[in-house]
Amino acid sequence: MIEISPWIIFFASIFTNNMILANFLGMCSFIAVSGEIRTSLSLGQAVTFVLAATNVLNYFIYHYMLVPLGLEYLRFIVFIVVIAAFVQLVEMIIERYFETLYYSLGIFLPLITVNCAILGVSLFMIIRDYNLIQSFAFGVGSGLGWTLAIVAMAGIRNRLKGAKIPKGLEGPGITLIITGIMALAFLGFSGIVQIQ
Amino acid sequence: MQTIGITVLAISSITGLLALLLSIANKTIANYGEKKITINKDKELLVDGGDTLLSALMEQKVFIPSACGGKGSCGYCKVTVIEGGGQFLPTEMGYVTPEEKAEGVRLSCQLKVREDIQIQIPEELLSVQQFDYHVEFLKDVTPAIKHLRLSLPEDEVIDFKAGQYIQLLAPKYKGNDEEVYRAYSIASSPLDEKAVELYIGYVKDGVATTYVHNYLKEGQKITVVGPYGDFYYQEGDREMVMVAIGTGMAPIMSILKYMHSKKIDRKVTFYFGARTREDLFEMETLEALQKDMPNLRVITCLSKPTESCNWDGEQGRVTDMLKKFLENAEDKEAYLCGSPVMIDSVIPLLMEKGMPEERIYYDKFE
Repeated sequence: MIEISPWIIFFASIFTNNMILANFLGMCSFIAVSGEIRTSLSLGQAVTFVLAATNVLNYFIYHYMLVPLGLEYLRFIVFIVVIAAFVQLVEMIIERYFETLYYSLGIFLPLITVNCAILGVSLFMIIRDYNLIQSFAFGVGSGLGWTLAIVAMAGIRNRLKGAKIPKGLEGPGITLIITGIMALAFLGFSGIVQIQ
Repeated sequence: MQTIGITVLAISSITGLLALLLSIANKTIANYGEKKITINKDKELLVDGGDTLLSALMEQKVFIPSACGGKGSCGYCKVTVIEGGGQFLPTEMGYVTPEEKAEGVRLSCQLKVREDIQIQIPEELLSVQQFDYHVEFLKDVTPAIKHLRLSLPEDEVIDFKAGQYIQLLAPKYKGNDEEVYRAYSIASSPLDEKAVELYIGYVKDGVATTYVHNYLKEGQKITVVGPYGDFYYQEGDREMVMVAIGTGMAPIMSILKYMHSKKIDRKVTFYFGARTREDLFEMETLEALQKDMPNLRVITCLSKPTESCNWDGEQGRVTDMLKKFLENAEDKEAYLCGSPVMIDSVIPLLMEKGMPEERIYYDKFE
């Protein structure tokens, strides 16, 4: 167990260890859905919720099932299955009982079933040996960081709508370049907090 | 050995548990019970809730056109929803225009049946079915027109009216990366319910015509949806005027064959126009029909005969022929089929000659 305050983990995973801008995880939906601020905010919420929940879920499964049985090496497949099943279950529940939430968030859930950021966070949690509270803070923080990045990107792309972009760079091309520049900018935060 | 056993057991129990959980959820949370779909305020269908509207309708044999199979990428499966269906989804945004949205138009493959729904669809769609034909033969009748005969499997029949059309599904092929539906008029008699015949003209860069002309082979399977259309043979005993150019002959041929086998002895004058002699086709079939139908008169005209055509028949466009030969138009009814330009110039001409507008039936080939 490492001694870092959950608050530090929380802020670090938003600013200095951002899933997208520091680890480049979860890029596919980041590039595909960052066209509009409203939809990217909804997707961000969905990612944050699923991250926080599956991280805790995977924490219990790892520490109370896989470790006692000595099956740590199965974590990849187990985490993926747990995430997929969880997302599907949540989608069913939201679709049935929370209609407004379904229309703003539910339709994005299938998109993030296999979002690599979500698996990534679960795996980092294991590698860095976080305890339960730290894991939860890490999950929520990473989700918010992911949301921050995608909303900022949507804002930039909105501004770029009238810009003349070379044909070959339109869409994903320019998005990747902007992501790179954003990552450089976020590097400026690195002195504030640091986790590894 | 023991580790392998534990591994397999652990993975199986975890996935099994999750699968169990999801199946229970599917039976309870995602089970909406039976819901009622009301079509055109008349037909009521009971379906299992939770499915998309498109697949619920398909299960009940109501065929809404769809090229992508419910992925939400073709935009063909539009229906007007009067009541129920929930909010408009972002996934429909690209295919439904703001005007359509205001009228309640939705993509039926996206909205789910979670409550009773009232929808409005064109009446003709209720008799539409999907068929898997295979190509019985495929031959050139002119350098640019192919004659196809598609036949159905043993136990299926198609029920259509003489003059209606079907839609043919052109699959993906080299140079075309999306499936499309294109409409073609049926040229065979509705009494021949095991097959449909089509005349398909080659259109440069046309997705479906290129497929038919360059890729389709005899014996291959092809998906057909239909029948559609409100252009068909009208019962009665008025004299009939038929006008067609090019592949527009198809529905006229269907009507003539139908009349021939039903021994309907109405007076018919068929004006058929083409550019050159090369573009004329099925003249033998028409001659054979004429032998049995003494009241059928065929006037063929060429608009641009060349020296090599050796043409001693009528010259000019179908409009010229109508001006020349058509008399007492007020007692007759007309069937027009072909390019929009032709139809838009023939209708005023017929009306000028005294034919009431409601007795002019037409099918524009866009």
